[in-house]
Formats: sequence, structure tokens, C-alpha cells
Amino acid sequence: MHPIRKKRLTILIFLVAGLAVAVGLTTYALRQNINLFYDPTEIAAGNAPVDVRIRAGGMVEEGSVKRDPESLSVRFRVTNFTDSVPVEYVGILPDLFAEGQGVVAMGRLNNDGLFVADQVLAKHDENYMPPEVADALEKSSKGQHKPPYADKTAESQAY
Amino acid sequence: MYPELGQVSLILALLLALLLSVVPLAGALTGRDSLQAFARPLASGMFVFTGLAFAILTHAFMVDDFSVAYVANNSNSMLPWFYKFSAVWGGHEGSLLLWILMLTGWTLAVAVFSRKLPSTMVSQVLSVMGMVCVGFFLFIMLTSNPFDRLLPNIPADGQDLNPLLQDFGLIVHPPMLYMGYVGFSVAFAFALAALINGRLDAAWARWSRPWTTVAWSFLTIGIALGSWWAYYELGWGGWWFWDPVENASLLPWLSGTALMHSLAVTEKRGVFKSWTVLLAIVTFALSLLGTFLVRSGVLTSVHAFASDPERGTFLLMLLGITVIGSLALYAFRAPVVHVRSRYGSLSREIFLLLNNVLLVTATLLVAIGTLYPLVLDYLDMGKLSIGEPFFNTTFSPLAVATGLLLGAGVFSRWKKTDGGWLGRKLLWPLAVSLTASVAVILIYGGFKPWAFAGVFTAVWVAVATLWDLWDKSASRQGRLHGLKRQSRSYWGMVLGHLGVAMVMAGATVVSNYGIERDVRMVPGDSAMVGDYEIVFTDIGNRRGANFTAQYGSFDVLLDGKKITELHPEKRNYPVGMSVMTEADIDGGLFRDIFVAIGERISDDAWAIRLQYKPLIRWLWLGALVMAIGGFLAIADKRYRIREKNQVKVADRAAKTGSAQAAGATS
Repeated sequence: MHPIRKKRLTILIFLVAGLAVAVGLTTYALRQNINLFYDPTEIAAGNAPVDVRIRAGGMVEEGSVKRDPESLSVRFRVTNFTDSVPVEYVGILPDLFAEGQGVVAMGRLNNDGLFVADQVLAKHDENYMPPEVADALEKSSKGQHKPPYADKTAESQAY
Repeated sequence: MYPELGQVSLILALLLALLLSVVPLAGALTGRDSLQAFARPLASGMFVFTGLAFAILTHAFMVDDFSVAYVANNSNSMLPWFYKFSAVWGGHEGSLLLWILMLTGWTLAVAVFSRKLPSTMVSQVLSVMGMVCVGFFLFIMLTSNPFDRLLPNIPADGQDLNPLLQDFGLIVHPPMLYMGYVGFSVAFAFALAALINGRLDAAWARWSRPWTTVAWSFLTIGIALGSWWAYYELGWGGWWFWDPVENASLLPWLSGTALMHSLAVTEKRGVFKSWTVLLAIVTFALSLLGTFLVRSGVLTSVHAFASDPERGTFLLMLLGITVIGSLALYAFRAPVVHVRSRYGSLSREIFLLLNNVLLVTATLLVAIGTLYPLVLDYLDMGKLSIGEPFFNTTFSPLAVATGLLLGAGVFSRWKKTDGGWLGRKLLWPLAVSLTASVAVILIYGGFKPWAFAGVFTAVWVAVATLWDLWDKSASRQGRLHGLKRQSRSYWGMVLGHLGVAMVMAGATVVSNYGIERDVRMVPGDSAMVGDYEIVFTDIGNRRGANFTAQYGSFDVLLDGKKITELHPEKRNYPVGMSVMTEADIDGGLFRDIFVAIGERISDDAWAIRLQYKPLIRWLWLGALVMAIGGFLAIADKRYRIREKNQVKVADRAAKTGSAQAAGATS
């Protein structure tokens, strides 16, 4: 074969091989790591899969936070003012976690309808809330309950 | 009164930018020197007026002028003066002004340091920079004016700077990052200028190389500072979250790294020209994409600024115009360029090509993971997020492959490398790296495949780099003489690669052998992390300048001996009504001990986070070493000699290119 063609072919083979590996890895990794978001209504209606890692979000229901004084376990309910879901979490909650504030929890739903979270994000300040939560609230109240973050300057905070 | 002056100087700067983007370019295209002569004064004027606007905004912060909306939203009369200063870039509008200040600064730098370049080239480069400036001036004036007033209802006091940002990290992180982001605009401008006048040659690569390397170095430092800041300030000891905004800064870094290496091939061998130009365009487009992601409000993140759809739309338009415009230019002009020289299938060219393939693949992967959820959300196809495991599983093999290739590539020669020779050359480094990585794994205990792969790659890169330095510095007049004889750009490469090795070692060891524990503790309790015993001695109250804090005291013991005391805090900022965890860290070259206070569980019990982080400092030190390497590389003599007679350089490059083409076989 002509040397230039041979070289071009080598380069092409490398490129295609690299691309194939990348595409393979990506689809494999994507399939395993996509976390879908569900709002409390969907979870309460049983539309969320059990024992699959998902995200759930809403407001922390007033008066629902209960701590176990002997361990780091804490239970609370996440609500969109229509339905609510019980959540259990073991560990340290973020600084901005509080009753009446928006949260997004990552974790798995168990057979008893309890959402076992392995990560809780409270990304907000006093006038900001996660877009998913805002959406979930808006859906449940059909526009009557306007989220309080509407137009103010907001800088969010994570973790 | 002053803020209006700031407004006026911004408008003047915009007008100068408009002139800069048209006049010198017209001069270059029609060959009129009188028009081209405007390029440098216009660039200086633009910088001066932007600087004035920035100074006026800083002044407004310093004198607590809360009639300016941006000051009222981001400052407070109780804020210490240095945070008032850094608060200038603590929000969207001000940080955008800083961004523009740097953009005009880079433009001025090009004008000043390119006196020896052909004037048509300089005019075109400066004109392209001017166009970029116009885009950003319009953006700041139409959507995010930092000088907007709150009249007549002037607030009595400001809403305070977000406590997360009241930190040394914020003072330095954004400026460094922006220097990097914005610096890639120079490489972009050089690429476009080369496309416009059809001069894609070795000389062009030589001119744009130092600019790219400097921008890359700043970006490296900026990213490292961000990671360091997240580690100690966000309170929970992570150093990389694969947060979309972190990814937004990693994207131009990855493609910028590819660009640096492909520029090296273009300069030395005159090949990969079209590819290099494309990379320069892509790198700058990714910088713009990063700006869009951070400032449009499409993301939820620690970095997300206020959501304002108008800004997002504007930035998306800016990004679209840049990408479409430059790619159209590329499509029309790039095919003009022909590749002349040849290279073998085991040459340094091929190793660098593979490096580029891997880096671009990594860029694509990170881009997919970052953008996929956004696109689906936009199309209303569901809300989802892509977790860290996605990035870890895809990124790690690429990093390992890049490192392994790097080790072999360091020894390879331009044009042609003998396979047998290279194999024999690699034998000893291989043996040394294997032994060293086994030793490291034994020290930290516990074999994990990925830990071994990572440590081996890191050691392999370091050993190969040093081995090559040892080979090259052999000299009859002694080792020291040989070391001195190496060029600065070679030293830059050595440091850059050693930095990569350090980052890899740090990342691998800390993610595989770090220990994290959340425990419930009452004063008097003790808990173990690794070999260290942490004793919770006391918790009390403390008052700071603009906050009150619960102040914990912890003793750290190793083998029963007290080595240090740590005082993490839980701070309460009354103005913004926010609570913040301030971790305390006992730092060291080989390990960090990290203690943070969580929430109060009962009257005297607290949730406490304890962490043992081996080699975590190597991440940031490695990045620093890389950046120092970059700065060293541009101090190389040949970038100064070239200015004397660049025409000769270009000629010689063309000649050697064809001579090599004639002599090479493959």
C-alpha cells in the first residue's frame, strides 16, 4: 500500500477505535447513572420505581423533621402541598436545610414507600429554590401558589 | 454622580471596541497602513475606559454607595474592606465587568507585545479581539448593567455578600479563572486572523503558542483554586463534584491542553494545521459555553447566578454567532492549507495526535454528561441528572490511557522512532514504576484495581519524564552543565508533566484511601479516622466581625500523642440570615485531617464530620507545578529571538518543512 494511504488508514483506525471505545463507555456509564426526578405526587401515586436511584424534591414539611437523639438518623417529609413523601437520611444535613425550605434528595424508594436518601441537597438562600422544586410546586398548585423566588436576585448554594 | 461616569466610560469603551473591530481590519484588507495604525491606540483606549469603569464600581463598594443596586445586593456596611473589594466580582454584573476588564487587558497585551509581528497580522488579531469585546460590552450594557441605581428608595444598608464568598478563595479564584477563559480569546483571534489572510504556517503557530500557554496556565491555577476553595469552604471536604459549572471550566481546559500540544506539532513540523485552528476555535467556544452555563440560570449550582432568561438568550446568541461565524470562515479557508511533511507511524507526531484524540474524547464525554440533562429538560423530555459515577467511569480510563501514552511519547522522536529502540528505552522506566507503585499500594494498604492503575500511571509519567531529563542532560562537562543547557520550554514540559503525575497521584490516593466518617459526638467523646484519634473537648461561642459562631475544640492524637488542636465553627450571619459551616483542617504534604461541625442533634450531642485525606494537597500543588511549567515555557529564548526577524523564521520553517518531506520515509 502507498505509505501515505497506509498512514492515513492507521490514523483512521485509531480514530474509529477511540470513538467506539468512547461511545461504548458513554452509553454504558449513562445507562447506569441517569437519575430521574420525581415530585411527591408522582411518588405518592406509585409512579416512581422502587429500589432505583432517583431524585425527589419539594419543600420540607413544617413540623415533620424528627431526629433520633442517639444516632445521625433523621426523618422528614417532603411535600408539594398536595402530597408528601417520608424521607429517611443518615448523616449530616446541609447548612441550609430547614423546615419550609426546598430540598432535593437522592436515594431509593423502598417497598414501604419510604424514600431512603443518601444525599440531601438544599440549594437555596431565602429567595431561591431548585428549579425542579419550583416546577413541582407550580404543577401541584396550578399556578395559584406562586413560588416566592420569582424575581429577586438569587445566588444559590450547594452541598 | 460617579456611577453615571462609570456608565459613560463603558459606553465610550464600547464605541472604541466597535472602531477596533472594523478600522484595522479594513486597513489590513485594503492595505492601508494609516487605518492599521489605529489598532494599538484603540486597544489602549478601550482598556483605559474599562479600567475606569471598574475603578468606579470598586469606589462605589468602598464608600458603601447603596444607591447602586449591585452594591446594595452584594455588600454591607459591616463587611471588612477586603471583602468589599472582592465583592466587586461577587455577583453577576461585577464579575462580568471583571471579565471584560481582562478581555481588554489581553487585547492591550497583544497590542504591546506584538510590535515585531507583521502589521496586517496584528491588525487582524486586534480586530477580532475587538469583535469579541463588542459582544461582551453589549451584553453587560443591555442585560447586566452594574451601575443601575435604586432611586429614589435608597436602601439603608446592603444585603451582604453571600457568606460562602467571604473568603480568600473568592478574592483570587475568579480573576485567575477569567484570565484563563478570556486568554483563549487570543488564541482564537490568532486562528481567525490566520484564516482570514490564509497564513497558517509555523510562524503563526509560534506566535499564538505563548498566548495559549499563558491562558492555559491561568486556567489551571483558577480551576485548582476553585477545587481548593470547595474543599475547605463548602464545608464537606470534597474536591471535585462534577458539578456542571466545574465541568464548564474543565471543558476549555481539556481542549486547551489539546490545543497546546497540537500547536507544538504545528510549530515544529508544520502539520495538523487545520486541526489546530479548529481546536483554537473550539476552545474559545467552550469558554463561551462555560459563561453561558454559569450566567444563564439553566443550572442549579453553587456558581449559578441570578436566573434571567434575557441574559441566557443573549449569551446563546453570542455563542451562536461566534461558532457559526468562525466555522464558516474555517470551512471556506481551511482547505487552502496543504500538509507537506510526512511522519512515521511511531513518531512523536503520532503520539501527540493520540494525546489530542484522547483529550478531545474526554472533552466530549464531559460535555455530554453536562449538557445531556439540560437538553432533555429543554425539550421537556424529563428531568434527570447524571451522577458522579458517570464521569468517574468514563474519565478515569481516558486519564490512565493519556498518562501511559505520555510516558512513551516523552521518549519518541519527531518524524520516526524505531519501535525496538523505544521498547528497550521503556523497559527500565517500566520496572521502576511497577516497583514504586507496588510500594505505594502496600503503604496505603489494600489492592484496588483502579487505585493501582492510577498510581502506576502517575509514577510512570513521573519516571519517564525524569528519565528523559536524565538522558538529555548527559554532558561531558558534567551533569549540572547538561541540566543548565536545557531550554526553558523543555523545563516547562518537564514541570507540566510532573504536575500531571502529581495530580493523578493525589486524585487516585485520596479517592481510594481517604476516610470519611460522620459521627455523633458529645464533648469528651473520641473517634478514630485511620490512625488518628480525634477528641471532642469543648464547644462554645465566639463573635466575629459580622457573624456569631459556635466554636468547637478538638484534639488530634496520633499514637496517643497530641499533634494539634482544631477549631471548626458553625457561623451565623445575621444580615443574610444564613448559616455556614467553617471546617478546620490540619494540612500536610502527605495527609489532611479535616473536622467539621454538623447540626446539633440533642442538647449536648453534635453531628461531626471527620476526614482523613491522604495526598490531597498534591492535587493543587500538581496544578501549580503545571502552571509554573507553562510560565517557564513561554519565557523560552526562542520566543524573543523570533521577534527580530519573523519573516526568516517563516521562510526557514517552510524550507525545512519541504526538506523533511523530501527526506522522510514511512
